[in-house]
Amino acid sequence: MAQLEITDVSKVFPGGTVAVDRFSLKVADGELVCLLGPSGSGKSTLLRMVGGFERPSSGVIAIDGEDVTRVPPERRPTGMVFQSHALWSHMNVFRNLAFGLKLRRLPKDEIRRRVEAVLELVGLAGYGARQTNQLSGGQQQRVALARSLVLEPKILLLDEPFASLDQHLRERLREEVRDIQQRLKITTLFVTHGQDEALALADRIVVMRDGRTEQVGSPDMVYREPATPFVAGFIGTMNLVEGRVAGGRFERGGFGVPVPVADGPVTIAVRPEALGIAPSDGAASHVHRVTDYGTHAIVDIELADGTRVKAMVREARDWRAGQGVALKPEAFAAYRDDAVVHRG
Amino acid sequence: MTARAVPMARHETDWVGIFFAVVLTLVIIFPLIVVATWSVANVWRYPAVIPQEFGLRYWHMTLARADMWTSITTSITLSLVVTALSALICLPAAYAFARMEFPARSFLFFSFIAGQAFPKFGLLVAIAGIFLQLQLIGSFWGVVLIQLVGTLLLMIWIPVAAFQNVDRRMEEAARDVGAGPLRVFRSITLPQAGPTIAAAILLTFVNTFYETEGAWLIGAPGVRTMPVQMIFVINNQPVIQLGAVLSVLLWVPSIFALIFARRVIGSGSFARGFGA
Repeated sequence: MAQLEITDVSKVFPGGTVAVDRFSLKVADGELVCLLGPSGSGKSTLLRMVGGFERPSSGVIAIDGEDVTRVPPERRPTGMVFQSHALWSHMNVFRNLAFGLKLRRLPKDEIRRRVEAVLELVGLAGYGARQTNQLSGGQQQRVALARSLVLEPKILLLDEPFASLDQHLRERLREEVRDIQQRLKITTLFVTHGQDEALALADRIVVMRDGRTEQVGSPDMVYREPATPFVAGFIGTMNLVEGRVAGGRFERGGFGVPVPVADGPVTIAVRPEALGIAPSDGAASHVHRVTDYGTHAIVDIELADGTRVKAMVREARDWRAGQGVALKPEAFAAYRDDAVVHRG
Repeated sequence: MTARAVPMARHETDWVGIFFAVVLTLVIIFPLIVVATWSVANVWRYPAVIPQEFGLRYWHMTLARADMWTSITTSITLSLVVTALSALICLPAAYAFARMEFPARSFLFFSFIAGQAFPKFGLLVAIAGIFLQLQLIGSFWGVVLIQLVGTLLLMIWIPVAAFQNVDRRMEEAARDVGAGPLRVFRSITLPQAGPTIAAAILLTFVNTFYETEGAWLIGAPGVRTMPVQMIFVINNQPVIQLGAVLSVLLWVPSIFALIFARRVIGSGSFARGFGA
């Protein structure tokens, strides 16, 4: 159990590229925080700084109140799981797991006991003698996780650990990792660019963009109340309609909502599931396409000015291309200058 | 419903491949068979297709010479010393080239090819002039030095490729579990790059064993390696059988090298060393 505190950390690479820009975050005991962002947002660099593989240009990283900013990775109480597994192919599974324990000069019996226990934990009991190249991708990732867990680190760092796995396996391992994390109550920092992964796993999500924090919050909050148009567009599917407010109302191509703010440009964000639609023969908007996903359907609607928006409906058969529709946003947010100015 | 027979996969014979394989085998194997036959031919006169008399007369003659045993010992000692020194000097350099950034890195890296890019004999004559002033001509260490120059390319380029092929994440994972930089090098980097580096060491040993020009120009008359001894013997006694016996003796390190490469290193390591 441990706390992680990142204070004003920046990383500027030679050549002047700013990967992380004055980033701060506190991760509580046993909490699982996801760093979520597109490629190049600085999330992996930040994780590597916490792991000790990159040195911050400025700022402080502390674990349980102890400054570890300049401590090399081999002396940090962290355990990292790499995207590429990074298993040592010249060692079998047992030796991969025992390597770190041997470095700590533990007795052989203790090493064996701990390796067997962690193999059991990740569902690979009896796999110790296997060569790593005899394992499937999912098993390799479990070994990589076990290699970190066997050392009982204070902070577990996961760098897009499921990125190389197929969708089905990814979902299964994601649940297993969450179970293990909750069972061990290990403080975890998890990097991903997959919003589904972050929403399903995290206690809190940190959305990153250009090395900075865009929003920090619970999955529910980040999904329902995105703080900026970037977060709104990055998490889940979102209709972002740009236009102007005039006289307290936003209107564009037949899509109108009341926005009681000063006249000027705004971006309206509305989730497909919050965009109510009704058949209307004389409406300016019409159905462009209907995509049936089985559990629900997505109706693509073309506004009068050609802008496209999506609405989620239960039955695809109720809708057909060319049909006129009236739009009734049930919940939306209006953004101006990258900040929320109104929620409706 | 009608059932359709699924056509069986046909095994196509690659005749072009087989032709080239046979031609290559003949080109390599045939001269070796001829030399091996000459080495055990007491009498073989034209137009006989096989020797009129087989025997080990020329083997006895060759192995009875004291200078022959001296040259064998010299060659083995020299090759071992040169290979060891080369590994000692070149492997850290190769690691630096593979993993570190420093000024003129590319220029220095490509400079090692210079020794092979120009006529070697001219270079050797120029070096011999310097060695003469340093009184290294005719000395064991003079030959060691000149042969070291010849090993630089192999012992730098192949290990550089080997070190570059080691996944850095593996090294980072080792540091993550508590290994310091030296332990990471010993337990992760070296075992991962090991087979390819072993291939480079092996090739260096064999190349040094066969190196003739430098050994002759710098070593003669005091130091005679096996290839130099072969030249002396053939020049003084132009008997085909003696040359053949010496050739077969020279094959020994190659045969050991091939067996070692096949059993221990694996042919893939050679390929990886050259960037495949």
